Amino acid sequence: MMRMAQPELHDLAAAYALNALDPEDRWTYERHLDTCDDCREEVASLREGAAQLAYAQEGPAPRPELRERILRAAREERPPEVVPFRRWLFPVTAVAAVAASFAAIGLGLWANSLRDNQGGGQRVVAVNGAPGQLIVSGAEAQLVVCFDEAPANKTYEAWVIDGKTPRPAGLFAGGCRTVTLTHPVQDGSTVAVTLENEGGAETPHGDILASASV
Amino acid sequence: MSEYAFALAPLIGRRRLTQRSDEELLEAIASGDHDALGALYDRFGRVAYGLAFRVLRDQELAEDAVQEAFLAVWRSAEGYRRERAKAATWVLTLVHRRAVDLVRREDRRRGDPLDEAPEAGGPTVDEEADLRDKRTAVQAALTQLPPDQRQALELAYYGGFTQSELAERLGVPLGTVKSRMFAGLARLRELVPDT
Repeated sequence: MMRMAQPELHDLAAAYALNALDPEDRWTYERHLDTCDDCREEVASLREGAAQLAYAQEGPAPRPELRERILRAAREERPPEVVPFRRWLFPVTAVAAVAASFAAIGLGLWANSLRDNQGGGQRVVAVNGAPGQLIVSGAEAQLVVCFDEAPANKTYEAWVIDGKTPRPAGLFAGGCRTVTLTHPVQDGSTVAVTLENEGGAETPHGDILASASV
Repeated sequence: MSEYAFALAPLIGRRRLTQRSDEELLEAIASGDHDALGALYDRFGRVAYGLAFRVLRDQELAEDAVQEAFLAVWRSAEGYRRERAKAATWVLTLVHRRAVDLVRREDRRRGDPLDEAPEAGGPTVDEEADLRDKRTAVQAALTQLPPDQRQALELAYYGGFTQSELAERLGVPLGTVKSRMFAGLARLRELVPDT
């Protein structure tokens, strides 16, 4: 990706606060925000202005059903949502039970439950860069990990790196998820996560956001 | 926080949800409290839907945008930091972003949002008075902006146009669009006192 000059980046703050950047610029600017405290402050302040605009409209009231629909969807939502390239390594009932307890008790215990449900022969490796664990069972691996919501038109992508070549290993959205890797791992593999354009990529373009070593 | 604290958080010091601040509601949502999500919807659902409808001009799409935004709140409330943004701003930014993403995907921006504002439903019985006051205050502030700044803000925010689309549409350089948006937002913040 081409790097914009700094002054040019700084004037994207207002458009960013208004969600008026093209996807490419939004992406570039968000990376910039990670490293620029002043910009984050500026955006926060401009966003307060932008949010006022939400109140100026006179749109109609929502149908009463919308409230229930949202709450039902939230209740039904479960953290594990796998890109369906491969079968689960453990029974679906276990997933549901684990998912039900997840919201209350947090990721650590959830990941432990996954481990208990899987039987022997697997190893659990810590993930660097994001809360999560990598569960390795022979050549199969599952990444149990939490990320922020991906920016629009972006997706998280997992990679298995043996030697120097990263191989695509599955796409996933933000939130807390179990991602069954679609590429086998072996001793010495590194599993990494980057943010890529919607649809994924064959080779990584984004920085490594999280990684684990098998 | 320990696992026990997570499990007990909804039980300890539970106050009526309606008495909690927006920020406290988000914290309860982060700990998995469904009722808090309902309470947050009761506070922001009206303005969120109105905004989404203003951008999308379609009931189904507006409902989808609001639902996606509230589910994003549900999933990512843990990442909310009150020192970075007011809860209202955080929630409305998510709603707006969903609406704008949808309008761009659907390519529904053929008309001019300035000319084709949807019919106002008129104040409904259950519309809260403070929401109405807030609307009046922001509308009044908008009329005090120079027209070109107001136009840039409205086309970007309600129309879902990107800055480059705006430059093309208005026939002005990109830099002009940027500075109008910046000046307009900064002024708007000054004109509408924080509640």
